[in-house]
Amino acid sequence: MAELLSLEEAVGRLVHDGDTVALEGFTHLIPVAAGQEIIRQRRRDLTLVRMTPDIVYDQLIGAGCARKLIFSWGGNPGVGSLHRFRDAVQHDWPVPLEIEEHSHAGMANRYVAGASGLPFAVLRGYTGTDLPAQTATIKPITCPFTGEKLTAVPALNPDVTIVHAQRADRSGNVQMWGITGVQKEAVLAAKRSLVTVEEVVDELEPRPGAVVLPAWVVTAVAEVPGGAKPSYAAGYYERDNAAYQAWDEVGRDREEFTKWLNELTGVKA
Amino acid sequence: MSAEYTADEMMSVAAARALGDGMSCFVGIGLPSKAANLARRAHAPNLTLIYESGCLGAKPSRLPLSIGDGELADTADAVISVPEVFNYWLQPGRIDVGFLGAAQLDKFGNINTTVIGSDYHDPKVRLPGAGGAPEIAASCGEVFIVLRQNPRAFVEKVDFVTSFGHGTGKGDREKLGLPGRGPTLVVTDLGLLRPDPETAELTLTELHPGVDLDRATAATGWKLKVAGDLKTTPAPTEQELTVLRDLEKASA
Repeated sequence: MAELLSLEEAVGRLVHDGDTVALEGFTHLIPVAAGQEIIRQRRRDLTLVRMTPDIVYDQLIGAGCARKLIFSWGGNPGVGSLHRFRDAVQHDWPVPLEIEEHSHAGMANRYVAGASGLPFAVLRGYTGTDLPAQTATIKPITCPFTGEKLTAVPALNPDVTIVHAQRADRSGNVQMWGITGVQKEAVLAAKRSLVTVEEVVDELEPRPGAVVLPAWVVTAVAEVPGGAKPSYAAGYYERDNAAYQAWDEVGRDREEFTKWLNELTGVKA
Repeated sequence: MSAEYTADEMMSVAAARALGDGMSCFVGIGLPSKAANLARRAHAPNLTLIYESGCLGAKPSRLPLSIGDGELADTADAVISVPEVFNYWLQPGRIDVGFLGAAQLDKFGNINTTVIGSDYHDPKVRLPGAGGAPEIAASCGEVFIVLRQNPRAFVEKVDFVTSFGHGTGKGDREKLGLPGRGPTLVVTDLGLLRPDPETAELTLTELHPGVDLDRATAATGWKLKVAGDLKTTPAPTEQELTVLRDLEKASA
């Protein structure tokens, strides 16, 4: 059964140095507050997993929390590049960042395999591209029935997956709706999971089309209103596009970023 | 007397015109999304827009900044999971057109959005990466590409093949068993390019009004081939410009 914890306690208990950590949320419901709590608690040597590393991963990478990134698209959606990610890859700042690069289809299928308890997934993907030559976790496989050449990618099984949802009840059953991306698969694939929610309610009202994660597959729930900002939570608040645009200026410059980081962690410059 | 318009407006209008009513289109963010939404409003009300965030049949009233804006989900016929988009909808070849952008494009329509520079591990510029594009380029019935034309973007050979176009020439897609026809149209701010039926090399088939051939040649990093019957793109109509500008105003 999921435990209801504060964000600080949940991250402290569930996320350890050296862990493989996935924060998922496809534009919508990105667990930004949880990512920033990982920075505050100064976790190190993490292998970060995420289909679309956006500004919260730029922040984690710039803060030096990550040793490796497994991803398929690393940008600031609609704005441009992630400058901390770029600086880490191009100049090893503040620490070197190893990358394991996939396509969205590959990453989605890796989570599906992880959630399914299978060692790998099969897809028709990557054919003709330069990605298999750079990424060891993309291998050819032949269909045993038709002889078709396909691609295999290994399961992703993070030590901990963190997602954000609209609501949970007091037992820790979680409900989310709108664009739900790959969150269900990412939670089911993980050894431990933390769900931050907009609100904890007495009873979850059934909603057509909602994804429900029963309490017995969730390790901890933390109530964090606004925990997805500047991304959005359908039914609660909209995407703060201006904040994404503003991050470009902060992320672009090491000094500006360091100022931002010191403010977040309470360090006096 | 036709209305005044910018080169970017001409590009969006020309890209939109390529999408016919009743088609289904897997839409990339940015220029492709603008063109696809213009098409739906201007001449193709039954164009189905599919965004990789899981929005199937999205009908946004303004242009989304990201592929997962709430507006896309709120107006969609269905919102499905990301594994479902790629596995059930894209992979079996259900989608007519993949509409993509590119950082670098070569003369055989191969796309690079990964790294600039020849060393993957020590790139000159690290770009965002693949996203959904490799499988969109492989599995859609055909692929349209929209980007501004200049010698940095239009290169003889891409530094990294993120998404496969026609490889090194005609027949490469068939050899690899790729299901879709690959890039059939490239729309730029200067004109239109299409693969030569014999060689699959991108060939200039249309220039936008007022653009001379020298400018298109100079903006291309390879020796640009020109179709024997080079045509001029019809200028944007008042209706197309009004719809485009209304869409941009609503999105500001």
